[in-house]
Amino acid sequence: MTPSLGKDLLALEPLSGEQIKLILDTAEPFKEISERAIKKVPTLRGATIVNLFFEASTRTRVSFEFAEKRLSADTVNVGSAGSSVTKGETLVDTARNLEAMRIDMVVIRHGASGAAKFLAERIESNVINAGDGTHEHPTQGLLDLLTLRDHFGKLAGVKVCIVGDVLHSRVARSNIWGLKRMGAEVAVCGPRSLLPSAIGELGVPVFTRVEEAIEWADALNVLRLQLERMTAGYIPSLREYNRVFGISRERLDRAQRDILILHPGPMNRGVEIDSDVADGPFSVILEQVTNGVAVRMAVLYLLTGGRPELAEAAKGGKREIGSGRREADHE
Amino acid sequence: MSNASPKTLLLRGGRIIDPSQSLDGVSDILIADGKIETIGDRVRGDIGGRDDIETIDCGGLVVSPGFVDVHCHLREPGREEVETIATGACAAAAGGFTAVCAMPNTDPVTDNQAAVGFIIRQASRARAARVYPIGAISVGQKGQSLAEFGEMVAAGAVAVSDDGKPVASAHLMRTALEYARTFGIPVADHCEEPTLAAGGAMNEGVVSARLGLKGIPSEAEEIMAIRDILLARRTQGHIHLCHLSTRGSVELIRWGKERSINVTAEVCPHHISLTEAAVENYDTNAKMNPPLRTADDVAALQDAVRDGTIDLIATDHAPHHYDEKEREFADAPNGIIGLETALAVNITWLVESGIIGLPLLIERMSCSPARVFRLPGGTLRRGSAADVTIFDPKASWVVDASRFRSKGRNTPYAGQTLTGRTKYTLVDGEVVYRT
Repeated sequence: MTPSLGKDLLALEPLSGEQIKLILDTAEPFKEISERAIKKVPTLRGATIVNLFFEASTRTRVSFEFAEKRLSADTVNVGSAGSSVTKGETLVDTARNLEAMRIDMVVIRHGASGAAKFLAERIESNVINAGDGTHEHPTQGLLDLLTLRDHFGKLAGVKVCIVGDVLHSRVARSNIWGLKRMGAEVAVCGPRSLLPSAIGELGVPVFTRVEEAIEWADALNVLRLQLERMTAGYIPSLREYNRVFGISRERLDRAQRDILILHPGPMNRGVEIDSDVADGPFSVILEQVTNGVAVRMAVLYLLTGGRPELAEAAKGGKREIGSGRREADHE
Repeated sequence: MSNASPKTLLLRGGRIIDPSQSLDGVSDILIADGKIETIGDRVRGDIGGRDDIETIDCGGLVVSPGFVDVHCHLREPGREEVETIATGACAAAAGGFTAVCAMPNTDPVTDNQAAVGFIIRQASRARAARVYPIGAISVGQKGQSLAEFGEMVAAGAVAVSDDGKPVASAHLMRTALEYARTFGIPVADHCEEPTLAAGGAMNEGVVSARLGLKGIPSEAEEIMAIRDILLARRTQGHIHLCHLSTRGSVELIRWGKERSINVTAEVCPHHISLTEAAVENYDTNAKMNPPLRTADDVAALQDAVRDGTIDLIATDHAPHHYDEKEREFADAPNGIIGLETALAVNITWLVESGIIGLPLLIERMSCSPARVFRLPGGTLRRGSAADVTIFDPKASWVVDASRFRSKGRNTPYAGQTLTGRTKYTLVDGEVVYRT
């Protein structure tokens, strides 16, 4: 039996390896659509999707929007600035009002951990978490997995170290769960002040020094260092962070093998990652962005009831969205 | 309480448990003129000649001194849509409490004699559980200058506390402990080191790491607990530590008590029954401060209730409007209601599980709180006010918050089956609650 995703995609932690594989496999046929001259298939024609972004985002919002549009969905973007949110409307009221307009799906980015789940429990529409606070960013995790799988041909046994501000990173959490579920080895590295104190209980080894992480890893996922962590007293300075934890050409050269470099963006060049690494031969940072669109197309497709075995056909636009969505209800 | 209709009441055939007199046995109690007149076999003889006797059949029930809650939030003045002194006092009675102490974090803050007097007036109108005001430690609970303890005590305040706001200044805590000695009142502190706890929404640990919620480490409580204990040693004032939640705090209190420092401590029913796992689904009804901790902490707190390191159980009853809790976890207010579930939670997690017996539970819910806060009550001694709780220790019921007397609905126990239920609550010999 084909595993389904259920109504929402809120986090990678609860997903099974089969479910993750389903999304990654479904993303494969969708990759090609973005390479066409006419980047559009009618798969989600007639579906209405609201991109509800309570936090500023360029990459993720645009990536979702392209994924939706390339599947022919009707999309509306709502940002918090200038919306009813700034007039004091609660999240639940915002959601109910949107749903009263008969939408099919909400993509939500929110500063509060658990906000996507909160929304999903209160509305009928499918909900995709595009990042909730410091909890998870499941589609980012999935596109990281897809990029790693593209390069290594597998995920099982691949050694991935997440480097940087794990404490405040939703990307880190989604990567940890997704990678572990797929059989990869995951470690983290960063200043202890930026790692959760209970990190050991998550079943993830910790490298205290970045040199040790480089020695161990097949791939590094380098997290963005939020500049406000310095003023909040977690680290003394960006300069010192770069000297102690920054990923530099020199450090990578000391490793005996090639190490794949991922970064969820936006990068602080010269802080967590040096330019010659970001632009270097082992950087897959832009491939991550490309894969992001395909993964999000796959998630949109699957949540609206698309069947994985028909994904190849969906590329050609033969599938009817309406029947697909009703099938989802019976799963 | 009013004595407008003095009546004679016979509580017949209940299991009378009064730790203040080491009583535990099936017997009768005769109540006349609002006071305990007789306990035991002589009751039948004393009835002779009276014709206005109401009899309550207490067969299969426990009759105990009324429960006393030294820590609740009644929200009036300021948030009457959330709770009033009257609804809070009725909720208390429904939970078997004959007296509750109202914390001063109202709006305006209860930091002066007029505000204290207001609470007492509102409470007397409620004709339910007694309500004793707790005054603020600092003016406006701003943590700067001492409120007028003397005038507040003269108006009826029984303790001082800045609960809801930690007393950040060690100097202020020191002077509060010193100054309170004149009036013989405890200084009750919400132990929280503000810089460690800042922005925290739950216990710091593996669950907070997974949920991406900012954690409050145990040390935020423990640092203040030991500060307060050391200041009590210095000043010989009476420090009462509120709603403790960690194993470390228990060890620190034990350390203090071994040295005869004047420290007393309370624990809430939720901290001896639930763990941080209750937050798992971002359930805002499991959000309170201090937060739910780990199973190890729960075990340590249960042990401390048994061995007396923790003197008493208090509810920290904290009603919130439903839509205040219906929001993102980090932004939801702290606190849960507790008056109407305390007895059942305590019986379910302490008595049914074999950690303590009913006599010790009654000691921790009635005698001890009355003693520690120097309140009347906590006893069924002859001649004392007839503040009595009659409960069924075996009754099992499903928590339905919509049926509570409290205006609050914010309970993490909703839908759970608990054991133990109040049947009657008597204040001054008058039935203020019956099922």
